[in-house]
Amino acid sequence: MSASSTADAPFVAKTKVGRFTDFVDERVGGSGILREFGRKVFPDHWSFMFGEVALYSFVILLMSGTFLTFFFDPSMAETHYQGSYTPLYNVEMSVAYNSSLNISFDVRGGLFFRQVHHWAALLFVASLGVHMLRVFFTGAFRKPREMNWVVGGVLLILAMAAGFTGYSLPDDLLSGNGLRIIDGVIKSIPVIGTYISFFLFGGEFPGTAIIGRLYVLHILLVPALILLMIVIHLFMVVVHKHTQYPGPGRNDGNVVGYPLGPVYAAKAGGFFFIVFGVVALMAAAFTINPIWNYGPYDPSPVSAGTQPDWYIGFVDGALRLMPGVVNDFHFEYVVFGHTLTLNVLLPALVPAGIIFTVLFTYPWIERWITKDNREHHVLDRPRNAPTRTAIGVAGFTWYCVMWAAAGSDLIATHFHVALNDVTYWLRALFFIGPVIAFVVTKRVALALQRKDREIALHGRETGRIVRLPHGEFIEVHAPLDDYKQYKLVGFESPAPLPAEPNEHGVVTRKEKRRAALSKWFFEDRVAPATPAEVEAAHGHGHHEAIEGADQKSLSH
Amino acid sequence: MKALSQKRRHPLAAIALLLMGLLLTGGLYAVATTVNQAKAETTTYSASDTEEGKKLFEANCATCHGMGASGTKDGPSLVGVGAAAVDFQVGTGRMPMQMNGPQAQKKPLQFNEDQTHQLSAYVASLGAGPAIPEEHLLDEKGDAAEGGELFRVNCAMCHNAAAAGGALTRGKFAPALADVSGKHIYEAMATGPQNMPVFNDANISPEGKRNIVTFLKKIEANGSPGGADLGSLGPVSEGLFVWVAGLGVIIAFTIWLTSRSS
Amino acid sequence: MGNHSDGSPNHSGTVATAGQNDVEKFQDPGLPPHRLRLADTDPKAAKRAERQVAILFGVSIVGTLIFLGAYFAIDLGNDSTIATIRNQNLLLGLGTAFAMLGIGTGIVHWAKALMPDHEVSEERHAIRTEEDRQAAVRIVDDIVEETGIKRRPLIRNTLLGAVALAPLPAIAVFGDLGPRPDDKLAHTMWAPKEGKLKRLTRDPDGTPIKASDVTIGSAFHVIPEGLNELHEGKLNEKAKAVVLLMRLNPDSLKISPGREDWSYNGIVAYSKICTHVGCPVALYEQQTHHLLCPCHQSTFDLTQECKVIFGPASRPLPQLPIAVDAEGYLVATSDFKEPVGPSYWERDEHERLINS
Repeated sequence: MSASSTADAPFVAKTKVGRFTDFVDERVGGSGILREFGRKVFPDHWSFMFGEVALYSFVILLMSGTFLTFFFDPSMAETHYQGSYTPLYNVEMSVAYNSSLNISFDVRGGLFFRQVHHWAALLFVASLGVHMLRVFFTGAFRKPREMNWVVGGVLLILAMAAGFTGYSLPDDLLSGNGLRIIDGVIKSIPVIGTYISFFLFGGEFPGTAIIGRLYVLHILLVPALILLMIVIHLFMVVVHKHTQYPGPGRNDGNVVGYPLGPVYAAKAGGFFFIVFGVVALMAAAFTINPIWNYGPYDPSPVSAGTQPDWYIGFVDGALRLMPGVVNDFHFEYVVFGHTLTLNVLLPALVPAGIIFTVLFTYPWIERWITKDNREHHVLDRPRNAPTRTAIGVAGFTWYCVMWAAAGSDLIATHFHVALNDVTYWLRALFFIGPVIAFVVTKRVALALQRKDREIALHGRETGRIVRLPHGEFIEVHAPLDDYKQYKLVGFESPAPLPAEPNEHGVVTRKEKRRAALSKWFFEDRVAPATPAEVEAAHGHGHHEAIEGADQKSLSH
Repeated sequence: MKALSQKRRHPLAAIALLLMGLLLTGGLYAVATTVNQAKAETTTYSASDTEEGKKLFEANCATCHGMGASGTKDGPSLVGVGAAAVDFQVGTGRMPMQMNGPQAQKKPLQFNEDQTHQLSAYVASLGAGPAIPEEHLLDEKGDAAEGGELFRVNCAMCHNAAAAGGALTRGKFAPALADVSGKHIYEAMATGPQNMPVFNDANISPEGKRNIVTFLKKIEANGSPGGADLGSLGPVSEGLFVWVAGLGVIIAFTIWLTSRSS
Repeated sequence: MGNHSDGSPNHSGTVATAGQNDVEKFQDPGLPPHRLRLADTDPKAAKRAERQVAILFGVSIVGTLIFLGAYFAIDLGNDSTIATIRNQNLLLGLGTAFAMLGIGTGIVHWAKALMPDHEVSEERHAIRTEEDRQAAVRIVDDIVEETGIKRRPLIRNTLLGAVALAPLPAIAVFGDLGPRPDDKLAHTMWAPKEGKLKRLTRDPDGTPIKASDVTIGSAFHVIPEGLNELHEGKLNEKAKAVVLLMRLNPDSLKISPGREDWSYNGIVAYSKICTHVGCPVALYEQQTHHLLCPCHQSTFDLTQECKVIFGPASRPLPQLPIAVDAEGYLVATSDFKEPVGPSYWERDEHERLINS
């Protein structure tokens, strides 16, 4: 394109970088892209960075993982360890475990890269989780971003799959017992469970095939899918442009922030190095997955504290919480001559199923309830959507109960309580925890809204105490400036939407259900202060500048 | 003064007095026998050891374990448990028990070395049982790798593969094994204290126990090659660490990164 | 707060109207005025920030050197100790951390302090325009029309059939991933071979166990005789055959009819594989006679033939019938009378097969 302006004076770039860019552009025509992206605006907020943390963790995973593949051998053939870690010298083990030990003890920097890889993996899934929580609580999943929310959910599942397949590769005692649990869960699937197990392991557990198969999934298929999803995810971010928090000057028609070049690009680019540095720091000073402690996989031993990595923990916790027998009622029974083992099947599939079903369908559920079909680019502050926030916290609490259950034995030993009691308590919390969380969160959100309203009406508390002539003490409230005030009042507070008849003039039962849900969603609400209300609040405070505060202090 | 005289009438006063007297004699005895200490390490007990042990036993242990250590409803019979059991239970402070609970816990020692020795002598005299291990079994020069295999099969399920301890049912737990002396580890295997099963010499040979002690002492001395071990508790502590410390530091950086420069 | 119309849901009537969209709302005051940074006004501050950025980049260079030094100077020879590895790991990590954090914080500081920090507002454009949509619809219509697929249902239907069947080979080729399960899960190595009963041997060394070796309170981890000599599928067999052998006072055992000759003098053997999802249930409490699974805390009562008393398991651990042979060694008189380990769809079928 730059060549098109050659009518009288040929275009000459000012800098070397410019000349190089021109050289490439003449051959691939990238200036259109640069023109589109070079100054693209990105809003700046710390909570917007978790997606980047996940992306950068993934890049670190690719780099450190590539290094590890050069030394790792995914064979389950038997060998005797001859490396330099003496407490395992000459112990019979698989080639896979042997090569993992060699990476840890006999390859320079191997242990460091193993630890970088594993810490980055934990951080990858954790930052994905936090990113999704941020998106949920701010309502960023709403139109037009529902599909990208789904892509994010798929990425979360893929990240868990990548983590689990990697966790199993060293073929140590811990991961072997993890695989055995997976095998037990698979076998509980009706009709096809036994076949799936035999196909996965190439015969009976543990067989000699599984590590090689997981290796292919771990280094090829799953990362390729993750990469594909990341590309789709980022493409949609570009199409939609980033959301922004509400505030003065920000609306659904614009995006306020820093241009990509140079400020945002520098910050985002620099942030990659920061994430890498933090991961390196963890890998330098903190052991992760000490496979040399666990020993080679052998079906007979097991270690106390056998747990999966944190992101699979909630499934393991659900398995722990489910009672197998309740008052002589066995959750395993024989139907038509076949064994149905609900004590495994239910906890393994149902909680994860519920969590992911709700996660994937939530944008549509909320859209159906609210009938809100507009595009949203300005986020909700979590307090301004109390019901959604409460749903999110309730779900997260439920997840955390199961998560905690995966560490029930460690909770017992470290807080000096009985293991059985921990399980009983968590079983109770499994049911009532989300309810309590919902109610409390909703009340807290409404209270915060009321506080905002209070501040918008009467100004902020200055902490300055004044004694009035008649002896009363009051605190002086300072009025807000326009920008701060707009932040507190510039949000929508939808009212319940009653049932509406359809085109035939009939109010369907579905519509009634929707209306009931809408009522539940928006019934408890605090509307933003209007200019008239603020005027009134100031009005009766005018002749005595501090009377508003006076009243406030009285009302407490 | 009044308080003191009241205390003197306390039912425990007699026991306290007895204990003080015993401590005194024990102390004197200790001074007298320092020269022969090396000899006293072996499992031969003199008649006076047994005699002193009997007195100590009757004053401190018989309430629960019964006269002649034949056992009561509060404590098991100690006939045939052997010197090793006494040396372990008393030598780690587990006995005498402070109170009944899910299990006796390690606490500051209630008896000195010589009193423990005397108690062991007395209980050993009641019936044959595992003796205190000989010095060469505790030299920590066995085969660590073989000890590791035995440890993983027989011990790791309760004590954790890195010997960091683990939970048992209803408030009981298997303790961590760092800082436990080789002798006490050996004695615990030989006698099966409380809910720990017995690993007699037919199950794990003395040589095997030596290897296990060697393994444990070796991994304890080694420490973790990867840095701080986060309690060797496995993925739970790692997950907790990445959420609290890892994400915490990253969030601090994101806040700095998105804040305006002054 | 009672004095105010504070929007509390109790009297939301007044507030609900106030919040409706037809009610007057606050005007957006627009972006707040730009505030200059120190470095924008004070050249000294700018110079200082510049130096700080350079120092941070310098830290990164030092970090890289630390990494290289630790990599080449510390030798992981054959005599390397754990402490050497730990030190190298620490230095490599710190080197990398300095190198990365130096660059990262340097760039970010540069961007924050010295690059322009004017917030910019950019218009959002509609994700699609109506014009585009109509053009696209026309194009799709034309494409469909030109293929003639609507007019030629024979082509359409056979194509659909072909496409629907084409993936079947892709599924079929996975048929050789594993063998059919058949009744493999129903049997273990404990079944007597050619009339010879299998001895109980110690895990891991495979030496046989005499009944007299098993004192009260003991727990032996047991594998079948001949397991260590297997070359193929050793771990597969071990995964089903591992047994925990314990002895308790014969009086405390509650033995159900049919199992009278399954134990010997208070010595009992139970499968170590949890009936929940298959972890080794190896935690034996010799005073309470409880067996605990460390993975999901299923608890089995040994005195009640390993009945489940807590946790997610639903079925007792299978018992291995044992006796003593002429030389005093413990032997298994038969295989387990039911499949071991976690439940599976065909389990009940297999149990009937074993007992027929």
